[in-house]
Amino acid sequence: MAMAVSLMRSLLASIGEKQPLTHVRGSDGLAQQPNRSPERKRVGLFLCLHLLTAAALLAQSPKYGVGRAPTAEEIRQWSISVRPDGKGLPAGSGTAAAGKETYANRCARCHGAHGEGRDSVPLAGGVGSLTTPTPLKTVASYWPYATTLFDYVNRAMPFDKPGTLTTNQVYDLTAYVLFLGGIIPENAVIDKDSLPKVQMPNRAGFVSDPRPDTGGKKK
Amino acid sequence: MSQDLRTGRRQWMGVAAALGAALAACRKAPPTGDASGRLLGAPVRDYGARSPFETDTRAIADTRFPETWSSRTPLQDSVGMLTPSSLHFERHHAGVPTIDPAQHRLLVHGMVDRPTIFTMEELKRLPSTSRICFLECSGNSSSEWGNKPGRTAQQIHGLASCSEWTGVPLSLVLNELGVQQGAQWLLAEGADPCRMQRSLPLAKALDDTLVVWGQNGEALRPEQGYPLRLIVPGFEGNVNVKWLRRIEVTDGPYMTRDETSHYTDLMPDGTARQFTLMMDAKSLITYPSGGHRIKPGFCEITGLAWTGRGRITRVEVSVDGGARWSDAALQAPVLSKAFTRFRLPWRWDGGEAELQSRCTDETGYVQPTKEALVAVRGVQSNYHNNGIMVWKVDGDGGVTHA
Repeated sequence: MAMAVSLMRSLLASIGEKQPLTHVRGSDGLAQQPNRSPERKRVGLFLCLHLLTAAALLAQSPKYGVGRAPTAEEIRQWSISVRPDGKGLPAGSGTAAAGKETYANRCARCHGAHGEGRDSVPLAGGVGSLTTPTPLKTVASYWPYATTLFDYVNRAMPFDKPGTLTTNQVYDLTAYVLFLGGIIPENAVIDKDSLPKVQMPNRAGFVSDPRPDTGGKKK
Repeated sequence: MSQDLRTGRRQWMGVAAALGAALAACRKAPPTGDASGRLLGAPVRDYGARSPFETDTRAIADTRFPETWSSRTPLQDSVGMLTPSSLHFERHHAGVPTIDPAQHRLLVHGMVDRPTIFTMEELKRLPSTSRICFLECSGNSSSEWGNKPGRTAQQIHGLASCSEWTGVPLSLVLNELGVQQGAQWLLAEGADPCRMQRSLPLAKALDDTLVVWGQNGEALRPEQGYPLRLIVPGFEGNVNVKWLRRIEVTDGPYMTRDETSHYTDLMPDGTARQFTLMMDAKSLITYPSGGHRIKPGFCEITGLAWTGRGRITRVEVSVDGGARWSDAALQAPVLSKAFTRFRLPWRWDGGEAELQSRCTDETGYVQPTKEALVAVRGVQSNYHNNGIMVWKVDGDGGVTHA
């Protein structure tokens, strides 16, 4: 709206006979070509009338008009992120029983046969250890949302070949890691409806950032 | 003392220069001192490289997984406020992807009126801006929480660097697309193999966050996110998403792996602080520091200070274990959320000394001691250690971690 008003002011000013031939600047800071046609008076008045009705539209319009609209399919393909409420989880399902073999083949080398860690981060164990001098942060002991587990395995695992697991394999592995942590039974079916409902032991363990908590900040 | 020292030094140098000129005039030596002549130097070349006598490198600790690892900036040899792109610290989660900028796209969608896909060429058509700011991994200095301290400034604190970044304000992009009512957060996602993603409060995105393609006068280095990354001034390194390919405006955080299982700070009571994004004020003496050996006599103490909350307003230095403090000179320009170089002239008398710096930022926050941090947070929080760093000078001039 401000841009439209400013444009009108510029054009009204250009109708006057004594305007110097200098460039004008809109309220958006864009340098604009001055209108110097012999018929500028008439054109200016004409534009003013139309700008009055176009003002509301202009306020809603992009200023630079760069880029293109994505298709719904493009957005769907690019957006694989999963939220705690389950938004983003695909169709499909899995169980720990079905995930045991895939885990042994694709995960155990780094995370250990029982999720104990080995060369990479541990996945199971450590529940109750967070207040001890040797806290063990695992999916079971630390992660607040089960949905994060599906999301991360789906986007980033296995480490050396992300993107090679099928959706059902990701559900199976999610179920298997939750099973290793003692959070779900071996035959529980994990899908887009059941996964957001899984209660993680440390769900209430996170607090917002209270800093500055040191440093003698002066009020 | 410092003023006297400087004046005296200048006077002596003036005398020495005059003496040298007089001696040279008396001698009848040929204009060149080398009878065999001099070889031509190297010809012009299309892309520069440093002198073969300069050997500083990023430090990389041993690991079996170098694709999800870090390299550290040699702060102990740094000069000025900028880090060369080639020495800027790295932290990757699935290696450095090779991305053709002609094929790269940024998708911005979610709670916006006009979801848009940008090519690199289209992004560069938008009004751009440049800004110098530091970048620091929140896991920097984490060895200071434990009882196995590192040896050098690089090993301990080298996950911090400072560059000039060039790109488009994210606020401009979001305003262009029209942010919808109820939007509170956004998700930023990279094009690296693990599709690293972090949630960022919309207020910060609209404040001073940049979508950048330039670093220190040229394109981003691949390890810094080529061709496109997020720069979130003053916030922990991990949210400055590299190889940026997607931004989704949302009403809440996605609770990604890197904002739940990692980059959360475990407290002694078992709770963990989440979205600890701000980098608190920190300073560090870079010379002399761990691994250096100094000689008796004049020694300029210098270092770096920075804060995610704005400008550094004061740096004090102590050489006697914290009994007395002197104000260090701050090198102009002192920029918001950028490295600030500080200096203090000193004369080492050959005795044992303990050197440390303490900075204050424009909010009045004073860099705490490590003991003060531990008293509040215990020793298991891993991230955000900005405690005062003490270097010990031995009688032989060797400098070590105190």
